[in-house]
Amino acid sequence: MDFPVELLINAIVAGLLLGGFYAAVTAGISIAFGILDIVNIAHPAFIILGSYIAYIVNTNFGIDPIFVSLIMLPAFYVLGGAVYQVYYASFERRGQESLRGLAFFFGLLFITEVGLVLVFGVDYRYVEASYIGPTLRFSFIDLPLRMLIPCAVSLLMMACLQLYLTRTFIGRAIMAVSQDQLALRLMAADPVRIKRVAFGISIGTAAIAGAFLIVIQPVEPSVGREYIGRVFAICVLGGMGSLPGTVLAAMLLGVVESITATFYGPSWAPAVAFGILLLTLALRPAGILGR
Amino acid sequence: MSAPLLEVEDLGKRFGGFVALEGIGLSVSSGERVGLIGPNGSGKSTLVNCLCGTLRNETGTVKFDGIELDGYSAHERTRLGMARSFQLPRPFFSMTLADNLRIPLLYAVAARRGSHLTAAEIEVRCAELLGLVGLSAKSRRWPRDLTQVEMRKLELARTMAAEPKLLIADEAMAGLSHSEIDDILALLVKLNERGVTIVLIEHIMRAVMHFSQRLIVLVSGRKIADGSPQEVIQDPEVVRAYVGE
Amino acid sequence: MRSWIFLLVTVAIGAVVFFGARYLHNDYLFFAGYVVLEYLVLATAWNILGGYCGYVNFGTAAFFALGAYTSVAIHKFWPMPIPVLILLGGVVSGVVGLGMGYLTLRLRGAFFSIATLALAVVVQTLITNWDYVGGSRGAYVVRPAMVPLVGSYIQYLFLVMLTLAIIAVFAARMIERSWLGYGFASIRDDELAAEASGVPTLRLKLVATTLSGAFMGMAGAPLPYYVGYLDPASGFNLAYAVNSIAMPLVGGTTTWIGPVIGALLLGTVQQVATVTISSAVNLLIVGVVLVAFVIIAPNGIVGLVETRLRARSDR
Repeated sequence: MDFPVELLINAIVAGLLLGGFYAAVTAGISIAFGILDIVNIAHPAFIILGSYIAYIVNTNFGIDPIFVSLIMLPAFYVLGGAVYQVYYASFERRGQESLRGLAFFFGLLFITEVGLVLVFGVDYRYVEASYIGPTLRFSFIDLPLRMLIPCAVSLLMMACLQLYLTRTFIGRAIMAVSQDQLALRLMAADPVRIKRVAFGISIGTAAIAGAFLIVIQPVEPSVGREYIGRVFAICVLGGMGSLPGTVLAAMLLGVVESITATFYGPSWAPAVAFGILLLTLALRPAGILGR
Repeated sequence: MSAPLLEVEDLGKRFGGFVALEGIGLSVSSGERVGLIGPNGSGKSTLVNCLCGTLRNETGTVKFDGIELDGYSAHERTRLGMARSFQLPRPFFSMTLADNLRIPLLYAVAARRGSHLTAAEIEVRCAELLGLVGLSAKSRRWPRDLTQVEMRKLELARTMAAEPKLLIADEAMAGLSHSEIDDILALLVKLNERGVTIVLIEHIMRAVMHFSQRLIVLVSGRKIADGSPQEVIQDPEVVRAYVGE
Repeated sequence: MRSWIFLLVTVAIGAVVFFGARYLHNDYLFFAGYVVLEYLVLATAWNILGGYCGYVNFGTAAFFALGAYTSVAIHKFWPMPIPVLILLGGVVSGVVGLGMGYLTLRLRGAFFSIATLALAVVVQTLITNWDYVGGSRGAYVVRPAMVPLVGSYIQYLFLVMLTLAIIAVFAARMIERSWLGYGFASIRDDELAAEASGVPTLRLKLVATTLSGAFMGMAGAPLPYYVGYLDPASGFNLAYAVNSIAMPLVGGTTTWIGPVIGALLLGTVQQVATVTISSAVNLLIVGVVLVAFVIIAPNGIVGLVETRLRARSDR
């Protein structure tokens, strides 16, 4: 029997690279949902928004998409802060975040997708960059640069985020805000402001992830929907708010998806994330107290 | 001597590395009035949650009315006859006061009886319960129109609506005035006279001392005293735990 | 109002609507009306789990499409009358709802909602890969031109959907007023307190999920006959997901009237907008209306009316 070892190894490698990208996509949810307990299902919409902005600037001015996203970072941060402000005033303060908060984010997701369809149509869009074509080769292992570069930058971004959350005052306040608001107030830090900063960072990561996305694959408005299952699966699997856990879980999902796609066909990939999500949910401790 | 109504043996509960309860053993006989006291963070609410099924204890057993409760969910325990009130009142905000009481009647009492209560029976019992806590005038009002005290009374009334054999009142009197505390105490005594076993968890010492036939003291997740109120307050360990209180 | 009187009244209204449309001799009314009624059923179904129990289902499209694809699958094997297909579609979607609920309802509502989102994608993936029902290319369903007694086929479909809508609303109203409805409301208000009061929350949530899913499947079953063709893009159209959430939220989630008002209002507006502007813009309108209502009028139109009435009686 000739077991396709080379194929398997390439699938694993591709999966790891994909996982690095998935980590960037999920980082925002790890912060918003894992730490702040805000179920922002519209996160993929912000990512797609980032993709389209990268596309516009790249097509009109030829600037590198990842570079564009870094420039867009402050704008997305402000946008995130604004969205959180509305969310807080309308739902969190009134204690109605479950039904209405979810509906709010779903509405945002929907409006973004339909809006993009109206403006750009449903054609696939892609960017041009020097590293999108070439592939590095180490004996039989393929390392497409368009996957490698986003993966590397993503891991760098995750490392920076982790440092920020664990070493700076605001970062630690963000980690603490979900657990003990009273203690935070006593330390003269306003929980609402902390959460706004955190959510702003969360949406900021979406800008960067959006650039990665359009580098890796062509994008059209409904692509975001595939990622909803993925990001929450990774967030839950990675331990809800642990950034290192997110990276590991993302790599795991990437590898499983890659192997499935290689041996069973790419159309099954979305089902993999869901399967993992269900499994993870099923194995969590039961009970209404949840976390 | 009949078997105790509630028997707890070697109960333990951890949250990650933090030991909330360890080696808790106690028993409550039918018809007793037991007080449970302890400093903040000693594990009283955790104990209540474990008894009632909201949390699962890792070690130990809880027996109610001779039945071992492991695997019984919270609503099943309520149906068996163990009801608790919440420290912070948790009314059903979208329902009137009367309807709030309807829920335990529809689900705990009816299940125990094996048949649905008629509309008339429900009316009667709701009216009776609201009358007991002094909220008859507001039966058609909404919880958000109530004062703090009234919400606590509603909370107690809803717990009583489940017609429990054992009622656990979790700090039902915090923040109440002198006379309001007396009201609630009188209510609980009346209930006890009807045969309901009561476990009172409280910080307000005069209420607990006055009410309890027996006092159990919890400190840092362990039981350090269990006896008559007079014995317990003289226990040196208890005194040490409460220095500064 | 006693229940049987309510039933009589709704049937009477239905009869007026049906014969009125026939009198106007405009088949387009039946086409548009079918869609509005379809949304009415979906909104009512969604509300049983979402409004009554407080658990948000984003995967309406999955349950709806399962009903539609059950019809296609059975049609290829052995064509059956539509009422039978509706029942079967209901059973399939109900069972899927039960299964998914069993896996996810023990946990916080947020996880359930996320799971429903993922479910929609997965079911779509599975069906797109299933060649028996046409896969991504779709399947054609030939329908008869005329139906005895009723008239044109579209009138028959309209009548079927009208009947389903009456049944759904009647069921929702009955549930709402029963002990089951009180249990649902207690779960929505405070699940922990409900459990402590003796409510078997998991069991009730499963009932709600199954009923909700079943009605969505029933609404989807006639779809292949309405269009004559079914493919994943039309079956899983995002419009179903957003409308089934927007309509109850706009109308009011705590009672059976809310989804009805929301469906009639939003549904009609959309039908008009599709003809006058474009279908993408009309979806945008729904999204914006949803977000606006959720922020400004969280209890929907019913809530606004109630507040107005209460203010007047308090004076």
